[in-house]
Amino acid sequence: MAEETYPEDLRYHREHDWVRVEGDEAIFGITWFAQDALGEVVFYEPPAVGSTVSADATYGELESVKAVSDIYAPADGEVIAINDAVVASPGLVNSDPYGEGWLLRVRLTNPDAVSALMDQAAYTAYLAGLGDA
Amino acid sequence: MTAISPRTTSLYSRHLAAGAKLGDFAGWQMPLDYGSPRSEHLAVRASVGMFDVSHMGQIEVAGRDARELLTWALTNNLGAIGPGQGQYTLMLTDDGGVIDDLIVYALLDRYMLVVNASNRNACWERIQECAAGRDVEIADRSDEVAMIALQGPEWMNALGPLVGSPSPLGLEYFEITEDMVAHVPALIARTGYTGEPGVEIMCPWESAPRVWDALLRGAVPAVPAGLVARDTLRTEMGYPLYGNELSRDRGPIAAVLSWACDTTKFGFAGAETVERDLANGVAEKLVGVIFDEPGIPRAGQDVLIGDRVVGVMSSGTLSPSLECGIGMAYIASEFAIVGTEIVVDVRGRKRQAHVARRPLVARSPRTD
Repeated sequence: MAEETYPEDLRYHREHDWVRVEGDEAIFGITWFAQDALGEVVFYEPPAVGSTVSADATYGELESVKAVSDIYAPADGEVIAINDAVVASPGLVNSDPYGEGWLLRVRLTNPDAVSALMDQAAYTAYLAGLGDA
Repeated sequence: MTAISPRTTSLYSRHLAAGAKLGDFAGWQMPLDYGSPRSEHLAVRASVGMFDVSHMGQIEVAGRDARELLTWALTNNLGAIGPGQGQYTLMLTDDGGVIDDLIVYALLDRYMLVVNASNRNACWERIQECAAGRDVEIADRSDEVAMIALQGPEWMNALGPLVGSPSPLGLEYFEITEDMVAHVPALIARTGYTGEPGVEIMCPWESAPRVWDALLRGAVPAVPAGLVARDTLRTEMGYPLYGNELSRDRGPIAAVLSWACDTTKFGFAGAETVERDLANGVAEKLVGVIFDEPGIPRAGQDVLIGDRVVGVMSSGTLSPSLECGIGMAYIASEFAIVGTEIVVDVRGRKRQAHVARRPLVARSPRTD
């Protein structure tokens, strides 16, 4: 399993999803915290390429042996690629959540909206707050 | 609201040291996994793993009427076992619902029941109730007895160097003997819940860490495995789990456990219902389920044929051995036929599956 990290170049959604913006495209995944809470991931149900995803809405599911977790889109967009490697080897989400364990590539409807999401500092503070709850 | 803090076993510090993810199970703080339930599962199938099952209950029954009491309180043919042998059996309500499934061992001077943690109190109350007016001594030893399940094809190589004599290694399936394990006095039974050969080691509560450490550091080290792996292993075998497949609301016949009910004996608690269900049939039966496409079934999901709901999943998981969704379901008896094509409603997605023979994964040929 990967070390706990929250890269600075990402934006974060409160449901523990991350987004990496690349021009008008973006990559989605789940954070270290999310994969740790879920445990060893054994199944990824991705959306279809060409479908649209909406910010704050679920676009797929990750399952561990014991639990199912909805994955939330951090932003609006159209799916242009899914990570087939994760479909074949879902454990990549645990071993490399920000790299090989990415889940979705989308064409963003509104790239500027991403800046409203949490940055690394805000997300780690948010996580600390969850721990106090 | 005051939370009742869950109990811990004497191996708690070992679990923490091994990096276990702990979770609440039947009022106990137990290891769910040690990082990778899949690897733990496969280790048990390929080599050897060990589980802390100290949360399970042990009830002893001795005295002149012990056999008569247990013949009444349990469904199976107690007369078939003698000292040094165990038997899978059921405890039923008077109405024929399942209070627990358990193993009864005949020892030299007493019987010992190994019961599910979640049903320990129910079993104890039932035995107390049945003890009234009988010449028996009963004792709940659950707080004194720890239990480690050592399971997998390499179990003999893991245990062999630690036992006081060769006799535990020569046990037949479901036999039990007393011996020393890592200089700790123990009861060793050739039983388990994984489908692999192995033993369950019962020893004094405070001595369990010594046994655990010895198994961990042996020539063939046992891989610590958690309750998640235990569940995937038993699901592959199609073994029922109390609370999923078994409850007071269903009898043994629907659970396809008639083999554990001796209806030829004079009588046992719940026998009328068992005999009625055998004679008249039951509306639903427990079956194995294997998915024919990706997806993971979960307990509570509907089973359909066409648009008609014909049953419900009682357990479901991803099989680490088959790498597909598997589980068990109660379905209308007319469809409880191996090979029947069914659909499982996985949160709105219809997954093709079929009724499959249990065990869902071939048992290790060395199990018995």
